[in-house]
Amino acid sequence: MRKLLLTLALALIPGLLMAAPKGGNYMSVDVDPHDKQSLQRGAMLFANYCMACHEASLMRYNRIGQDLGLDDALVEQYLIFKPEQQAHDVMTNVMTEADAEQWFGAPAPDLTLYARRHGPDRVYTFLNGFYRDDDQPFGVNNIVVSGVSMPHVLQDLQGLPEPRYEERDGRMVVVGVEEATNGRLSPEEYRALTRDLTNFMDYMAEPVKAERERLGVRVLVFLFIFLIVTYLLKREYWKDVH
Amino acid sequence: MNQTKSGGLMGWIDERFPATKMWNEHLAQYYAPKNFNFWYYFGSLALLVLVIQILSGIWLTMNYVPSGTEAFTSVEYIMRDVEWGWLIRYIHTTGASAFFVVVYLHMFRALMYGSYQKPRELLWIFGCLILVALMAEAFMGYMLPWGQMSYWGAQVIINLFAAVPVIGPELATWIRGDFIISEITLNRFFALHVVGVPLAIIFLVVAHILALHEVGSNNPDGVEIKKNKDKNGNPSDGIPFHPYYTVKDLFGVAVFLIFFSIVVFFIPDFFGLFIEPPNFEPANPLVTPDHIAPVWYFAPYYAILRAIPDTFGGVVAMGAAIVILFFLPWLDRGRVRSIRYRGLSFKIALAVFAIGFVLLTYLGTQPATGLNTLLSRVGTVIYFGYFIFLFVYTAFGLEQTKPVPERVTMK
Repeated sequence: MRKLLLTLALALIPGLLMAAPKGGNYMSVDVDPHDKQSLQRGAMLFANYCMACHEASLMRYNRIGQDLGLDDALVEQYLIFKPEQQAHDVMTNVMTEADAEQWFGAPAPDLTLYARRHGPDRVYTFLNGFYRDDDQPFGVNNIVVSGVSMPHVLQDLQGLPEPRYEERDGRMVVVGVEEATNGRLSPEEYRALTRDLTNFMDYMAEPVKAERERLGVRVLVFLFIFLIVTYLLKREYWKDVH
Repeated sequence: MNQTKSGGLMGWIDERFPATKMWNEHLAQYYAPKNFNFWYYFGSLALLVLVIQILSGIWLTMNYVPSGTEAFTSVEYIMRDVEWGWLIRYIHTTGASAFFVVVYLHMFRALMYGSYQKPRELLWIFGCLILVALMAEAFMGYMLPWGQMSYWGAQVIINLFAAVPVIGPELATWIRGDFIISEITLNRFFALHVVGVPLAIIFLVVAHILALHEVGSNNPDGVEIKKNKDKNGNPSDGIPFHPYYTVKDLFGVAVFLIFFSIVVFFIPDFFGLFIEPPNFEPANPLVTPDHIAPVWYFAPYYAILRAIPDTFGGVVAMGAAIVILFFLPWLDRGRVRSIRYRGLSFKIALAVFAIGFVLLTYLGTQPATGLNTLLSRVGTVIYFGYFIFLFVYTAFGLEQTKPVPERVTMK
């Protein structure tokens, strides 16, 4: 038995090694697919601030409604701003590709799966990583995506932080941002808001996460009972084997 | 066979089809050694995972669209709009990795207890063929979600064929059916993944089980139980597979399903190993991902490939790493099967081999830095070294074995 446990423990090592977090100094965000109020706030922020340019073309409005407890009327009132769209449609943007090419040089990326592709920490750090850079077309840059080709859409809320420099190898580089004080929200309020938005994007990348975890607990309870039954059955049959 | 002819429906069937005969031959009167330990769960578990993959695969096929423009979105459609689609897909992705976990452990069991030795050579060869078919199946299946890693992983592997001298480039084009990986490649991989290779796997699994039941199961002592028979002509150390091992394996199934469900419901990505993050970006022939890594179960062989400086040499080494498995029954000249009674050097060699395999698995998923390449070479030497050592050790009579008991022990 001891040998067996040792084997199992050893078998886990490669998994743990490979699972070690990847590089990149991101702020860490705690996403919680069960926090529906946070997700509702995040959904509204996403619809209001992101969807003028970005799409979530694999997500349906009414799926958000079903998962977050909003009926179609509420979904249409708070999340849909295109008159021709209905609750069962996927979340497409207003900006045409041609306009996007002209204004930003490229279409804005689809955000449905972004949080799953890059991780919620990166999204959160990006939202908290804008800083003033007068050399950029929109006057802003970002610590995650250097030379970002979008404006700081939440600038009105956060204000515009100044970059924080440090000397590395004889060159001054941006290592972070100072806290902004010229926005409508306090730094804490802004972090809470970006957490809601990140949480929503994480939910959108895998809408079933809360449901699968809820169901998973029940499945495991069943399997543990099944395990006991099979163990007793085995013991009963094997009584006569010596 | 003390078969009683039954009346009724079963009797009617038995006169026309060997239903009861087959049931008895393969379950109720198939005598398996009574001393199977932990390592003997993985055979039946492999069969379970095969069934899981076939069933979940059928349901995925109902909603998946194998086309360059639709494949990626159809997978997300399964994840979002198809009732229970997410569960079916996670079962299938987890099942793919579970298959290799179970099969690698099953094979390691054979190495420990000499289950490939005479008279089980053909049984072992069928098993190796299953491994090859499984790798083809997994490789082709991995392309179907049509994400960045699907695309570029396939690109890397198919380009390996281009390294073959003279016919290489033509061969790669023939495999792809196009000059780059395209919808044509996706379509043929889909056909092979859902029909061609599964048929081959099922056929090989049947052959594997028939061969097993012909020669009888080995056991942790490596003792041939057919040598000791009771007055009914049944092995004294054997017990009927059904009901003894059906109930025991049912317990194994319960344990397995607990681990399986933890992954499916709580960590379906398995930290980016079972479902890799770059695969959440649609395939794009114009953008190469920063780091292309094979899925973990191919990683050991990929590490061997990269350990050799020359591409074609690497391809040959990778192929040889699989091919050498087929020759194992003839490389091991030892007469003692089980690790319990084999020489100390065998035990050390097998432990080093296992560690080397795990090391290669880790390295295959990592970027090829200087140190990693060096370690991959060490791992490659260990991998092949095991087989060479085993041959030298046993063919020249260097092994000091312990006496093998007459009958099985219940440790």
